[in-house]
Amino acid sequence: MLKLTRKLAVAGFVLGAAAAPFAAPVQAENVLRYTSVSDASTLDPHALNALVTLMIDIQMYDALVMRDPGMVKIPGLAVSWENLDPNTWEFKLREGVTFHNGNPFNADDVIFSIKRAQADTSQMQGYVNTITEIRKIDDYTVQFVTDKPNPILLDQLVNIFMMDAEWAKEHGVEAPQNFKDSQETYAVRHTNGTGAFKLESREPDVKTVLVRNENWWGNEEYKHNIDKVVWTPITNDATRVAALLSGEVDLVTDPPIQDLNRILGSSNLKVEQTAQMRTIFFGFDVKADELRHSSVKGKNPFKDVKVRQAFYHAIDVEAIKRAIMRGMSVPAGMIIEPPINGYKAEWDENRLPFDPEKAKALLAEAGYPEGFSVQLDCPNNRYQNDEAICQAAVSMLAKIGVEVRLNAQPKTQFFPLITGKTTDFFLLGWGVPTMDSGFAFDYLVHSEASWNAAHYGTPELDAKIEAIRGIVDVEERNRIIEEIWTQVQADIPYLPLHHQMIFWAMSKNLNIPIEPNDMPRFYWASFSN
Amino acid sequence: MQTAKLSKWWAGFYDHDVTWSFLHSPLTMLASLVTLLLVGAAFGAPYLTSYTPFEPGSLSLMDAFLPPAWEAGGSAAHFLGTDGQGRDVLAAIMYGTQISLIVGLFSVLLSVAIGIPLGIIAGYATGSWIDTLIMRVADIQLTIPPILIALMIDGVVRTSMSNELHEEMAIPVLIFSIGIASWPQYARITRSGAMVERRKDYIAAAKLIQTPAWLILLRHIFPNVVGPTLIVATIGVAVAIIIEATLSFLGVGVPPTNPSLGTLIRIGNNFLFSGEWWITFFPAFTLVILVLSVNLIGDWLRDTFNPKLR
Amino acid sequence: MLNFILKRLVQSAIVMLVVALLSFFLFNFVGDPISNMVGQESTTKDMEELRDQLGLNDPFIVQFGRFVVNAVQGDFGISYRLQRPVEDVVAERMPATLELVFVSAIIAILLGVAGGLFTGLKKKHWFSKVILTGSLVGVSLPTFVIGILLIYVFAVKFQILPSFGRGEVVTLDSGWTTGLLTLSGWKAIILPSITLALYQTTLILRIIRSEMLEVMRADFIKFARARGLRQRDINFGHALKNTLIPVITVAGLQIGSLIAFSIITETVFQWPGMGSLFIQAVQFADVPVMSAYLVMVAFFFVMINLIVDLLYFVVDPRLRVEVRG
Repeated sequence: MLKLTRKLAVAGFVLGAAAAPFAAPVQAENVLRYTSVSDASTLDPHALNALVTLMIDIQMYDALVMRDPGMVKIPGLAVSWENLDPNTWEFKLREGVTFHNGNPFNADDVIFSIKRAQADTSQMQGYVNTITEIRKIDDYTVQFVTDKPNPILLDQLVNIFMMDAEWAKEHGVEAPQNFKDSQETYAVRHTNGTGAFKLESREPDVKTVLVRNENWWGNEEYKHNIDKVVWTPITNDATRVAALLSGEVDLVTDPPIQDLNRILGSSNLKVEQTAQMRTIFFGFDVKADELRHSSVKGKNPFKDVKVRQAFYHAIDVEAIKRAIMRGMSVPAGMIIEPPINGYKAEWDENRLPFDPEKAKALLAEAGYPEGFSVQLDCPNNRYQNDEAICQAAVSMLAKIGVEVRLNAQPKTQFFPLITGKTTDFFLLGWGVPTMDSGFAFDYLVHSEASWNAAHYGTPELDAKIEAIRGIVDVEERNRIIEEIWTQVQADIPYLPLHHQMIFWAMSKNLNIPIEPNDMPRFYWASFSN
Repeated sequence: MQTAKLSKWWAGFYDHDVTWSFLHSPLTMLASLVTLLLVGAAFGAPYLTSYTPFEPGSLSLMDAFLPPAWEAGGSAAHFLGTDGQGRDVLAAIMYGTQISLIVGLFSVLLSVAIGIPLGIIAGYATGSWIDTLIMRVADIQLTIPPILIALMIDGVVRTSMSNELHEEMAIPVLIFSIGIASWPQYARITRSGAMVERRKDYIAAAKLIQTPAWLILLRHIFPNVVGPTLIVATIGVAVAIIIEATLSFLGVGVPPTNPSLGTLIRIGNNFLFSGEWWITFFPAFTLVILVLSVNLIGDWLRDTFNPKLR
Repeated sequence: MLNFILKRLVQSAIVMLVVALLSFFLFNFVGDPISNMVGQESTTKDMEELRDQLGLNDPFIVQFGRFVVNAVQGDFGISYRLQRPVEDVVAERMPATLELVFVSAIIAILLGVAGGLFTGLKKKHWFSKVILTGSLVGVSLPTFVIGILLIYVFAVKFQILPSFGRGEVVTLDSGWTTGLLTLSGWKAIILPSITLALYQTTLILRIIRSEMLEVMRADFIKFARARGLRQRDINFGHALKNTLIPVITVAGLQIGSLIAFSIITETVFQWPGMGSLFIQAVQFADVPVMSAYLVMVAFFFVMINLIVDLLYFVVDPRLRVEVRG
């Protein structure tokens, strides 16, 4: 208390005493005012593997490999790369690049950054844990050695931002924040990257201001005319839309979908859209001997694939699309989406049709002619209209005699049920940042997978999933991926609903390419005046 | 003696002054009528509407987002339209009002049930350690606004029980937390009444013939102090309904599977800009009308019966 | 006198301890911060390690002891969500809330006193009835409904006032941030402060009115009239002076309520104060921030109450007698 009250006392006195002049706002030429629902908890690029942190960091930090708006890999801080042998990659680094503080970028920074991402307190380890050794050949050449052939190394490196080794040492941030320490580290609110924007000021949850980096290496290649970005997160949906409608912000990357028509009705606004890399699905616990919350005792109805098929037939995904998603979703027949390696359109097209009669028949066949009761665990602040989808499913399942008790709660309470694998029946969304099916297998299909709350998996599938981690031959690899998906499609541990779409609402004079990973990159934006 | 007091109070209730005052306050009459209608609609809901908005099997997404009957595209079957799940808004409001009223009434009953006995005891034992203890606790609690206390109690209770249980228990938990949060004001009013009463002769007489203290409290003091407290309680109901709505709006009140007016407003708020104004407007309108009517009645009661408390 | 103050101080300390225990107990059970701190891609082992690091596996009493010892030193630990010391975050957010509360309190007191005086003095005037009925509508409208309504009308429909935030903020040398030195800051505070002030305005209005009615019946007013003093002098010289004492104390307590109600206002207007910090912390299960908030708010209440008690003591001689006896 002491510390705090002292601060307050000082602050209070000065408020009365100091008469600061009225601040004259310095109007930069092109200011992009941006809002989204939440702020990043940290700016440290390796501390947290969270979308918001990656989104803000990518404006200020560069990675060795980048993606263009179509998600194609392009040179970033590495100008070229080469697979010397299955386990060794060589990267040629971009020369003449400087960090925001003026320090030059070179191989030492690459080695430092990868090591930092591998640190115990880093949450980016998953992207770099196959790298066993980094060799500095010269100042602008490095070689990465992996423990086994890693076909997705480049995709993983897209998420690893390069930090300045000297700067980190100077400010004592050689490793990411340790939650045990009671002081924040310097890198939580300060950045020093090579990126297109520099951090001007930051008040967490309130306002973050970025200014154009005139020395960015990409200025020639990727011309943009954004001088300043002002990011003010707004949590309340209605307020966020109101801010856009009243012209207080230029860009909203997460408008509620029901408000899109209202936004389109405004003459100054437009909405860009694209398919998102996220699919929404229900999952069943297919392994437990008895469900935790169910009228069925002594056995688990979800063990029977007929029950899973019955649920599939009972869900009217078109009605969900029309009424809840306002037509803004793509019904799905598998749990990954088009740009991801391993996706096949025919599986989406051949989803089981809506057929309540057939669903009832299947239930009867499975030995539940009167239905049964079950609990559905559902987040209520994670995916687009998640709770409404669950509510709709409850009434659809009621019509085939299944009584569903909806347990909708904030993601804070919901996700532990998934990672703790203590849910019978749940709604989940999944995205694949590496653009490869292997990621989905590793997290959802392998029997040991951390997010496999369905407890799905067989030794044969596990063997295949482990095998593709090291196969570099693309055709061979894709063949096995297809085998795995074929099995999953038949077993229905997950009941696919739809692929989410992304909508960015913005003022008409702003041009910014919409990206399937939902991360706006301001260096690809421009104002047409 | 005490029956005489009681009948005097009742006589006061039916006194022609009151009737005159009621008949000459059109606003109060209107408020009473509206309150009666809302209470009737809320508790008569199962008989007045064939819709069962909170039975999932009866809903169809095909009916979602129908506007009110008088708007283009509206249907006479759903007079105030439907919400995003195809739920009839009018029926939802009727059932929602029921929940709001139940929470409002019972939480005030709970506050009164705690506040009156404690107030009587404190007032009768003025100056004793019991009085000091009760009034100190009341003072301390009065310093923190009821809504914050309710938020805290609600949080403690619901986090210490399982999800399944807390959904079933949501309404009792709300009643408990709002009720606990507002007992001190009733204790204070009752105490001041009891303090006046205990100095009167008939109490002294009762003491003289060695009537036990509890009997004096129950037979003599209680009937004389309950009236003014109940009048204040009327306004307490309005406040409790607002607190419930606010908690539900913040998402910690009653669950959407069995919503109160506050929950309906929270859900409907998502559709404010998308043009489906009726989903949030009608519940909000009902809430305001209900609270306003109860407040008007409470105000009138207070002015008429107890000018001192105004 | 000294005895009285000492008693009150001990009481305040007890309240603070109870609140600390409550807030700690309460939030120890809210959700699981771990799943929010890690991304979707973390393993169960990572989460278990983090939980150990944070001491979340220690027995309850150990955690509470650690909390109290640190809290007394002004150390509330590090926010799980913002990864910064909680006392820094709270200190940063406090100016926004206090400014909002300050402006709201002024609005509430000015409007409340003016309305209360008018309705108290001109009991039969038609405008008094309008004000009184209007004030009832004011108490009957939930804060969140008013806020949304104001945003819709003034920000979206007419686009004359901002819908969120504090506008341009100036940082003073002390680190105190203020929006009251810029035009956009003043524009931004209008809607939230009106929303927040409405309920308190009606409360103050009604208290003043009933005090006025009471006082006007008092003997000394009758004597004043009998002495032939002008009605205006009676109203403002005698009556108002005598109603102000209870009003000041009530207004003091209402400032406490304003801080609590700012949770809702700040949520609706994205006002970057302690209330929105608290709600975000609740959603994130950011235990250190939640505990700190409750302890802070309780501290404010206790302080305000203490001051009000002392004020009573100073202005009301009867109390002095009772305390002595």
